[in-house]
Amino acid sequence: MADLTISVCHLYPDLMNLYGDRGNIIAFTRRCEWHGIKTVVQSVTLNQVVDFTTFDFIFMGGGQDREQQAICYDFQQVKGTSLHEAVEAGVALLGICGAYQLLGRSYKTGEGLELPGLNILDVWTEAGHRRMIGNIVEESDLFPGGPKTLVGFENHSGRTFLGPKVRPLGKVLVGYGNNGEDGTEGAVYQHAIGTYLHGSALPKNPWLTDLLITWALERRYGRVSLKELDDSLEVRAHQAARRRAQETWGKIKAGVK
Amino acid sequence: MDSRGLLAIWVGKVAIGLSRWLGKGGSTFPGRVARRIDPDLLKKLARLPKEGNIMVSGTNGKTTTSRMIASILEAAGKKVVHNRAGANLLVGITTAYLARATWTGQLEVDVGLAEVDEASVPKAARELAPRAITVTNFFRDQLDRYGELEHTFSFIREGLEQLPASGLAILNADDPLVASLAQFSPAPVTFYGLADPSLAQEEEETRDVRFCRQCGERLEYGRTYYAHLGWYHCPRCGFRRPEQDYAARSVRVGSRTTQLEVSTPAGDLETEIAVPGVYNAYNALAAVATTMSLGIAAELVEKGLRNFVTSFGRMERLSMAGHDVFLALVKNPTGFNAVIKTLLTGPEKKNVIIAINDKYADGTDISWLWDVDFERLAAAEDKINFVLASGIRGEDMAVRLKYAGFPVQKLAIENDLKLALEEGLRRAGTGEPLYILPTYTALLEMREIINKMGYGKPFWEE
Repeated sequence: MADLTISVCHLYPDLMNLYGDRGNIIAFTRRCEWHGIKTVVQSVTLNQVVDFTTFDFIFMGGGQDREQQAICYDFQQVKGTSLHEAVEAGVALLGICGAYQLLGRSYKTGEGLELPGLNILDVWTEAGHRRMIGNIVEESDLFPGGPKTLVGFENHSGRTFLGPKVRPLGKVLVGYGNNGEDGTEGAVYQHAIGTYLHGSALPKNPWLTDLLITWALERRYGRVSLKELDDSLEVRAHQAARRRAQETWGKIKAGVK
Repeated sequence: MDSRGLLAIWVGKVAIGLSRWLGKGGSTFPGRVARRIDPDLLKKLARLPKEGNIMVSGTNGKTTTSRMIASILEAAGKKVVHNRAGANLLVGITTAYLARATWTGQLEVDVGLAEVDEASVPKAARELAPRAITVTNFFRDQLDRYGELEHTFSFIREGLEQLPASGLAILNADDPLVASLAQFSPAPVTFYGLADPSLAQEEEETRDVRFCRQCGERLEYGRTYYAHLGWYHCPRCGFRRPEQDYAARSVRVGSRTTQLEVSTPAGDLETEIAVPGVYNAYNALAAVATTMSLGIAAELVEKGLRNFVTSFGRMERLSMAGHDVFLALVKNPTGFNAVIKTLLTGPEKKNVIIAINDKYADGTDISWLWDVDFERLAAAEDKINFVLASGIRGEDMAVRLKYAGFPVQKLAIENDLKLALEEGLRRAGTGEPLYILPTYTALLEMREIINKMGYGKPFWEE
């Protein structure tokens, strides 16, 4: 059997790398290694023009307001069209927090100013007054074998609402999720996932990593079934995180003493 | 001291006595209680030191820099009131000042020295009315507490803006954000930094400050010393690292000590500090710049630094059951990276406990572990016998190491700190060091456990 290779794009790694989101690249590439899949990671940043359809998996992390503003123009004008094409072609994509918001239709600030997003995900975000922060547990039906839980840490005041063209990533069991009102978290369209999960998102949710890997392989190699790995450590950490979320629900507040 | 202040002092002192009798640290509760009785207590006490007060803030190095300054001031024969245990919120500073005060409300000291948590700087400046503020650096620390770097910057700026024209700001020239504070100081500014070409780094570590604060352009570096510290300039507006008044021309870093040669406006000095790491060279420089700018002679500065004893939890060395045990607080990626580098020096095999908690003071979002370069630790696994992952989030730490490439056979999870310590001491080979790397609340708990086992002095006795 030919060696499987996945071409990974890490978007704005120098600017959008808050809260350990690079852990998602680490988790993805390491798990590919354990599955016997080779990965090639390319960093793409401001002002670089690339054809995103040449990648199998695109990752973009969250960033501070200053960095988000810095990339906003580039994201729209330089990267936007090609990213659209890639998602429509089935390229796998994961966007965290600020990246998730920018992949949506728009972001409305506290003053009512509406900033345009890429409109790849049919979601829009409005600034909110309370900070939605804490450990989060959600249940997702994205997985072929049946519903699975996802754990992480969220920290956002933006409230994201879903339009008809996306499905939520999960239903919130503990935490706030997209907006603290409708019980949804994240959004999925084709093979693109937007989510508020930090933690990082992938390490304690190995089934999510494996799903993204199978998506990433699909265009070039068709349906590939991955060999089973010993995930006992990840599962143990996942369970511990679920318990911790229960213990800390409502007790984690933002801000300064 | 007026009657309200006296009452606050008395109640505070009783609270300190009570806390110690109960075996607790008592470094913030007494201050909290005293401030309820007299909210202006610290303001009143801070007027008493004859030579005023010094404030030290920044993300990393506050405690070590303050302790080095204290050591120098003591070598110069000064009496100092100082929150040496590192309780750096207003309640902790108040506790330290009232503990030093007499029952009659006097504070017989020459200088007040306070390490101050960044977000508390504006209020602390209003209460302490410092004559000098030293700022060490800005790193991403616990984002769920402070939000963004810009937010932290504005806190410290607010403090600096309160300096009198006769005061002094002592700033790290090598940190572009710290250097950007200069324009906001109504007092003269003194800069310090490294100037030893042999320390320049090749690899790129996690740099969080990338943009020129004046014009928003990305900064370029001629030389990088440590994370985002180095010789930077803005290609667009010309903002660059300012001239260093205090410059370390030569820094020799060992596994236990560091030797420095520093050029100063008053001549050169040579000294040695009993702590390793480039980050401690910066701390020593900050201490030199602060004390010499305030008039302390170079020989006393040299002596004070040689006398410096590393503080509670900052690569602190203990002896337990025939092993050298090193306690090193870890609270953010840069600090952790520095500890990993230090840990890996020296030929002996290492035994490691990493204790990660996620309470408020530790930072509730443990995602920051993925910004730490554990891959470096994993690459040197042949030097390591085992890593015990402990604390509330021990499982997360274990997963992090697994994905860093650390062999799972050498990895174990024991959330309970006492059990982890016992296992660590049992499994460490004869004469081999045991490194304990805890986050803040885990460090406090670990210290209590160590004390109860009969090793180590309670930190308030140091």
